[in-house]
Amino acid sequence: MAGRLEGKVAFITGAARGQGRSHAIRLAQEGADIIGIDLLEPIPGAPYDGATQADLDETVRQVEALDRRIVATKADVRDFDGLKAAVDAGVAELGRLDIVSANAGISTQMAPTSQLDEAMWQNMIDTNLTGVWHTTKAAIPHIQAGGRGGSIVLTSSEAGIRGYGNIAHYVSAKHGVVGLMRTLAIELAPDSIRVNSIHPTQVDTPMIQNTATYDLFTGKAGSTKEEFAAASRGVIALPIPWVEAVDISNALLFLASDEARYITGVPLPVDGGNFLL
Amino acid sequence: MAGRVEGKVAFVTGAARGQGRSHALRLAQEGADIIAVDLVGQIDSVPYDMSRPADLEETVRQIEALDRRIVAKQADVRDFDALKSALDDGVAELGKLDIVSANAGIFSFGTMEELTETEFDDMLAVNLKGVWHTAKAAIPHLRANKGGSMVLTSSTAGILAVPNIGHYVAAKHGVVGLMKTLALELADDFIRVNSVHPTSVNTDMIQNAATYALFAPDLPEAERTKETVGKRFQTMNVLPIPWVEPVDVSNAVLWLASDESRYVTGLQLKVDAGQTLK
Ligand SMILES: NC(=O)c1ccc[n+]([C@@H]2O[C@H](COP(=O)([O-])OP(=O)(O)OC[C@H]3O[C@@H](n4cnc5c(N)ncnc54)[C@H](O)[C@@H]3O)[C@@H](O)[C@H]2O)c1
Ligand SMILES: NC(=O)c1ccc[n+]([C@@H]2O[C@H](COP(=O)([O-])OP(=O)(O)OC[C@H]3O[C@@H](n4cnc5c(N)ncnc54)[C@H](O)[C@@H]3O)[C@@H](O)[C@H]2O)c1
Repeated sequence: MAGRLEGKVAFITGAARGQGRSHAIRLAQEGADIIGIDLLEPIPGAPYDGATQADLDETVRQVEALDRRIVATKADVRDFDGLKAAVDAGVAELGRLDIVSANAGISTQMAPTSQLDEAMWQNMIDTNLTGVWHTTKAAIPHIQAGGRGGSIVLTSSEAGIRGYGNIAHYVSAKHGVVGLMRTLAIELAPDSIRVNSIHPTQVDTPMIQNTATYDLFTGKAGSTKEEFAAASRGVIALPIPWVEAVDISNALLFLASDEARYITGVPLPVDGGNFLL
Repeated sequence: MAGRVEGKVAFVTGAARGQGRSHALRLAQEGADIIAVDLVGQIDSVPYDMSRPADLEETVRQIEALDRRIVAKQADVRDFDALKSALDDGVAELGKLDIVSANAGIFSFGTMEELTETEFDDMLAVNLKGVWHTAKAAIPHLRANKGGSMVLTSSTAGILAVPNIGHYVAAKHGVVGLMKTLALELADDFIRVNSVHPTSVNTDMIQNAATYALFAPDLPEAERTKETVGKRFQTMNVLPIPWVEPVDVSNAVLWLASDESRYVTGLQLKVDAGQTLK
């Protein structure tokens, strides 16, 4: 049986690990070739290690093991020219562009809004909001050139539909992504390019599996993974502490495929009912 | 390759034609067996022909042609006892229940000032209470199954208002309240509950003289064609299409029914060509 994305090409940011790697593999399983980029550097103020070249190499290995092609490059979503060069080179090699997953993102300082550091605020907005705009800006001409329409999926967060104490920069950037999504959906509809956002609750990746995030959820210093799991379970309606990266990938796959050909402008929570509570 | 809902059993209301038939077929294509009900009769306040027994027979034929099993019964979603016994029989025959599509519905129109008691009551009885009946009949089977997925068919009229169909808007908004409540009540049992919100769908519910008159009152009757009225429908959407096809809603139902959305609950999934962005 043909894959659900047979013959398509997908551009994924933050593809070295976590959700981005999972997206690359899941889309490749359904027949897509991949253009992947990642920063591959430590993130100032992040309570977890940065992704490495070895991580991106592993993504490449897993996509190639599926007999799909992948063009993987080190690039920074904050740097439009570098990002554009990477996409342009990927499209030159793979021939077209149909799908975009604007997934790269960071989680940094956790502090009351009045105490957030200027540089932390700015880097958050530059990465999690401006970086998403850059990603779409670099990709749109290629999708339009194909004349076949396309699907752009922006990774927002539960923090894009509700507030959380002590991460105002993250919440603001992720809410901003929804504004971008709705605007792009209207602008690109005449070209049959669909634009939607995904809103994950906690996802089991390095971004949350660290003590700073544990403490943010439990409200006390030095919390354990078990304490975090209990606190996280408490904000989700289904009896689970978090979702897996593949659950986000399966939502992306649906939105990217022609099965969602008339779905645009939708914020899609993959959150176990988190936003109901 | 195994289907995406292989080995599951799905209950679909309003399965005789239109979206309900399409949902049954799409789920069967991906490996599900089907329990189907439909009124297959007319409700007097509905200004277009509703389905007939032959329509439900055609659904049965098409499912069996896919080598899936189907138990199809005439039942009215307004009548809880009849609905429950149809579902119970289906589960007895097919062994269990995993998926529910509460899809049966009607359409009629009039301003809030014009609507009659009967039009209003029929609308709420079918499009809201009928959905509750469907969920109520299904819940014990889904609990026995230790999980499942319920998909309630609302509409873009469950998100925004449209003049001339206030009773429909009220019922479809009500479905959202029902969906969110069910999602919370059933989460611990791993029963997920979501709603789908289609823009106009290319079915008999809109492709009829009464609906054409609503959308193009200024055109002489002879000029109200699928083409001219389609242009009116298209102005509601952002994507350049007049309506979506039943299969587009079925694909959303399929995704919500499958384990690919195993942690998605409480979601209002629009299949609306961007209608609600306007
Ligand atoms: N993990 C969660 O609980 C969670 C929940 C909701 C939303 N999200 C969002 O999901 C997305 C993916 O996060 P993840 O959970 O996979 O975390 P992750 O840290 O494992 O992966 C993020 C990837 O993005 C890359 N990246 C960061 N800054 C970049 C930049 N400037 N340019 C290019 N690449 C950059 C990182 O190197 C890393 O490989 C992020 O947008 C995140 O905000 C995560
Ligand atoms: N067609 C559209 O433009 C549109 C748009 C948004 C939502 N919807 C909704 O989609 C659903 C399906 O509608 P459709 O477009 O397939 O229309 P349809 O008229 O083709 O099908 C509806 C089916 O429901 C059945 N039904 C009606 N009342 C019933 C009752 N009391 N008990 C059992 N069965 C009953 C009908 O007999 C019919 O077979 C409805 O809930 C409708 O409100 C339709």
